[in-house]
Amino acid sequence: MLNSKIPAGSLDKKWEDYKGHCKLVNPANKRNMEVIIVGTGLAGASAAASLGELGYKVKAFCFQDSPRRAHSIAAQGGINAAKNYQNDGDSVFRLFYDTVKGGDYRAREANVHRLAEVSGNIIDQCVAQGVPFAREYGGLLSNRSFGGTQVQRTFYAAGQTGQQLLLGAYSALERQVALGNVTMYSRHEMLEVVTIDGKARGIIARDLITGKLERHFGHAVLLCTGGYGNVFYLSTNAMGSNVTAAWKATRKGAYFGNPCYTQIHPTCIPVSGDHQSKLTLMSESLRNDGRIWVPKKQNDNRKPSDIPEEERDYYLERRYPAFGNLVPRDVASRAAKERCDAGYGVGSSRQAVYLDYAAAIERYGKIEANKRNLHNASSADITKLGKEVVAEKYGNLFDMYAKITGENPYEVPMRIYPAVHYTMGGLWVDYELMTSITGLYALGEANFSDHGANRLGASALMQGLADGYFVIPYTLGNYLADDIRTKAIPTDHPAFVEAEKHVQDTINKMMSIKGTKSVDHFHKKLGKIMWDKCGMARNEKGLKEAIVEIQQLREEFWKDVRIPGDANEYNPELEKAGRVADFLELGELMCVDALNRRESCGGHFREESQTEDGEAQRDDANFAYVAAWEYKGPSQFELHKEPLEFVECKPTQRSYK
Amino acid sequence: MEHYNMNLTLKVWRQKNTDAQGHFETYPVSGISSEMSFLEMFDVLNERLINEGKEPIAFDHDCREGICGACSMHINGRAHGPWAGTTTCQLHMRAFKDGDTVTVEPWRAGSFPVVKDLTVDRGAFDRIIAAGGYVSVNTGNAQDANNILVAKDKADAAFAAAACIGCGACVAACKNSSAMLFVSAKVSQLALLPQGHPEKKTRALNMIAQMDSEGFGSCTNTGACEAECPKEISLTNIARLNREYIVAGFSYEK
Ligand SMILES: Cc1cc2nc3c(=O)[nH]c(=O)nc-3n(C[C@H](O)[C@H](O)[C@H](O)COP(=O)(O)OP(=O)(O)OC[C@H]3O[C@@H](n4cnc5c(N)ncnc54)[C@H](O)[C@@H]3O)c2cc1C
Ligand code: SF4
Ligand code: FES
Repeated sequence: MLNSKIPAGSLDKKWEDYKGHCKLVNPANKRNMEVIIVGTGLAGASAAASLGELGYKVKAFCFQDSPRRAHSIAAQGGINAAKNYQNDGDSVFRLFYDTVKGGDYRAREANVHRLAEVSGNIIDQCVAQGVPFAREYGGLLSNRSFGGTQVQRTFYAAGQTGQQLLLGAYSALERQVALGNVTMYSRHEMLEVVTIDGKARGIIARDLITGKLERHFGHAVLLCTGGYGNVFYLSTNAMGSNVTAAWKATRKGAYFGNPCYTQIHPTCIPVSGDHQSKLTLMSESLRNDGRIWVPKKQNDNRKPSDIPEEERDYYLERRYPAFGNLVPRDVASRAAKERCDAGYGVGSSRQAVYLDYAAAIERYGKIEANKRNLHNASSADITKLGKEVVAEKYGNLFDMYAKITGENPYEVPMRIYPAVHYTMGGLWVDYELMTSITGLYALGEANFSDHGANRLGASALMQGLADGYFVIPYTLGNYLADDIRTKAIPTDHPAFVEAEKHVQDTINKMMSIKGTKSVDHFHKKLGKIMWDKCGMARNEKGLKEAIVEIQQLREEFWKDVRIPGDANEYNPELEKAGRVADFLELGELMCVDALNRRESCGGHFREESQTEDGEAQRDDANFAYVAAWEYKGPSQFELHKEPLEFVECKPTQRSYK
Repeated sequence: MEHYNMNLTLKVWRQKNTDAQGHFETYPVSGISSEMSFLEMFDVLNERLINEGKEPIAFDHDCREGICGACSMHINGRAHGPWAGTTTCQLHMRAFKDGDTVTVEPWRAGSFPVVKDLTVDRGAFDRIIAAGGYVSVNTGNAQDANNILVAKDKADAAFAAAACIGCGACVAACKNSSAMLFVSAKVSQLALLPQGHPEKKTRALNMIAQMDSEGFGSCTNTGACEAECPKEISLTNIARLNREYIVAGFSYEK
């Protein structure tokens, strides 16, 4: 049933061979082939630009007012590539190996290797577009380190790497718009996949300004619609990030892969009150230079500056001397939770740890003083110089922290706590990025493919751009080459009529409830269930309770939600309602998946499965598979397993000690 | 940091759609925490309006981190409100005190028609970028990234210009509704980098032509844009754009 279509041959030759042998569509035929791309984040914009350049007729959709505002814009820290510019021992193999290991041996080797192979091309492409990456004085590109690696392979543009990469892809996209190869539909939300004879042939989209439903035909449909972290209500994702596109596809028969794999990021600004609408990430790059600690004494009420060095517990450096503050995210998050749960947390909520820059400021200050030949610099001068260096590297992050908390992070350590950040799970795809519906593809965070059970920092941007710039241009051609005789299907075809009616009925049903509770009310409740019972730690009892609670909440939603206004106008509450309705179904599946996976791996921590010292305990004999779930009706899901084989990276207990 | 609660009077622009007449509506809000963001204060108000059976206030927002450029409120006569270098979403209620009256309007500019309430249509910015805000390089043509050397000061200046989030505050702040700061930021970024050189001239000419045809006003150097820009994009970019434009105008042959 599940055919991952991994090419034969040795791992390092698979992609080369695939490219050499895949089918091609000639330029004249490309002009007649229509491709729908839903989503214009890094994955969607890069795919739209590249396919437009190749000559396909592309229609691209996003729900924001401009493609430049996709959630990718907010990515901070950087993008990985195996360039080995630092001569520190990096290679394609090492990036591949780090990613498989970082993912706790739950990713597909062939996909990850391809990702590592094309990583260097991404940097070349972005630089050619004019993406202003950070540079050294000699004019060469600069690198920094991220978690889970021991080399410096992360390229960055201050703390705004996602912005610069997305603006690069966006401008390439707009260039194709100007050339007439791409038609852009902003403020449009895709609400259904249209299938004809078992193949994806289009979508139903709602024009968010007029509320009108539209039918769009495509020979193929690409979903590049991002992750579903907002199922937790509070996350670092943008407010609009949602699962709707992927979930509509799931209901149409696309399998959903590893839904329970969620990434909780260790360094976010802690929750400050009930009004909180989202959580703000403090980039992982801060762990390059910052040191994480809590007081050695429980419930210590002293100011951080009053706690002497010997009374501080740098618990990551203590527990994981080899990687220290740069352990992978899942490990760092659990360690923070462990300290806070044990009573060592700081701040008024005690749900926070310190991220301290004092040592880095001094270290950089001294280096800078030496560079400038200041041999008798006072400690005030050193601090001043050090702050300047830190500001250049992380200034926008420090400013953001100051604006949100009202505290100056150059003077007092930041308070941070883990928060939901990324979803490794997503639509199941084969090696060609095709879902289990023929002709329907998923790219970027929307698919499940490359990160296993835990994503390494700076690898999502890499994956989104790899999928869009360098993978889909080949794999889509391989599919469309057999479709060149298919003429554009008129949208009065019964499948389109039927799909549109289904969407209209759902909207009508939602609008007619006229209940008493706002959409946010339900979203917050769902978020709390998910965070408490399917969050950083999970157990059988909690997951079983969560499933029942979510079912009840869903029932309540469909009886009592209140959506003001009309369906035939700009109505943000209606948009939110549709998204929360889908989260209420996805949340259940996440719990079902987490319940099924009775092992701990990566971001999925089952309390029943841990080592003596509290590390995640995998169970390779029983769970070395991708869980691909088929939707069979409300609360009914069938599990399909894709066994994972490891040829190059033999699974071992992950150790960062 | 001391936290406090406050009561405020909000005067908010309500407008059903582009063609409808708009008007100010007054809303008292109470128990607002100084720790909330400005948009979270709107969340609280909207939740109340929904509970009262009224229509919530529509406004654009997404990242709430000051980077997507979606949020766009004109607050007490200033684009993005009282804090310098700050987007609406990053403005926090610490900026206000108990008893304040706060007036909130959408961006006002002919080229940014109101969609509903505080939401406007900034599609013109996308069309200006489409007119030339790129390097014409197809996927797959790039040489090794380190073959292009860029002096650090040039790279840093290009980055500073590239930090523009396309929010449109510069237009809203300008009495002529000029988009020069926005356009100059993109032109400067690419003019400062070797990758942008081959298309220098056409880029400046085409982007300005598009800006004019979208109906944005002309620049009279009042500097209001720079003062209100949340990313502190510098006026020197406009000077650079003017130079590029003049040089291009002299030497451009079709
Ligand atoms: C704060 C933050 C910082 C991060 N920093 C880093 C980092 O430093 N390095 C790194 O590698 N990764 C980072 N990540 C992760 C990374 O940013 C994302 O995984 C990645 O950008 C996702 O890109 P995407 O193209 O898959 O989706 P997105 O950028 O989320 O784009 C989704 C697109 O789909 C559209 N869409 C969605 N649903 C619909 C629908 N139904 N109809 C129409 N359109 C729809 C949206 O409009 C949007 O255009 C960070 C994430 C966060 C939250
Ligand atoms: S120049 Fe400044 S104000 Fe204008 S769009 Fe860019 S970021 Fe906004
Ligand atoms: S909401 Fe993104 S910049 Fe304000």
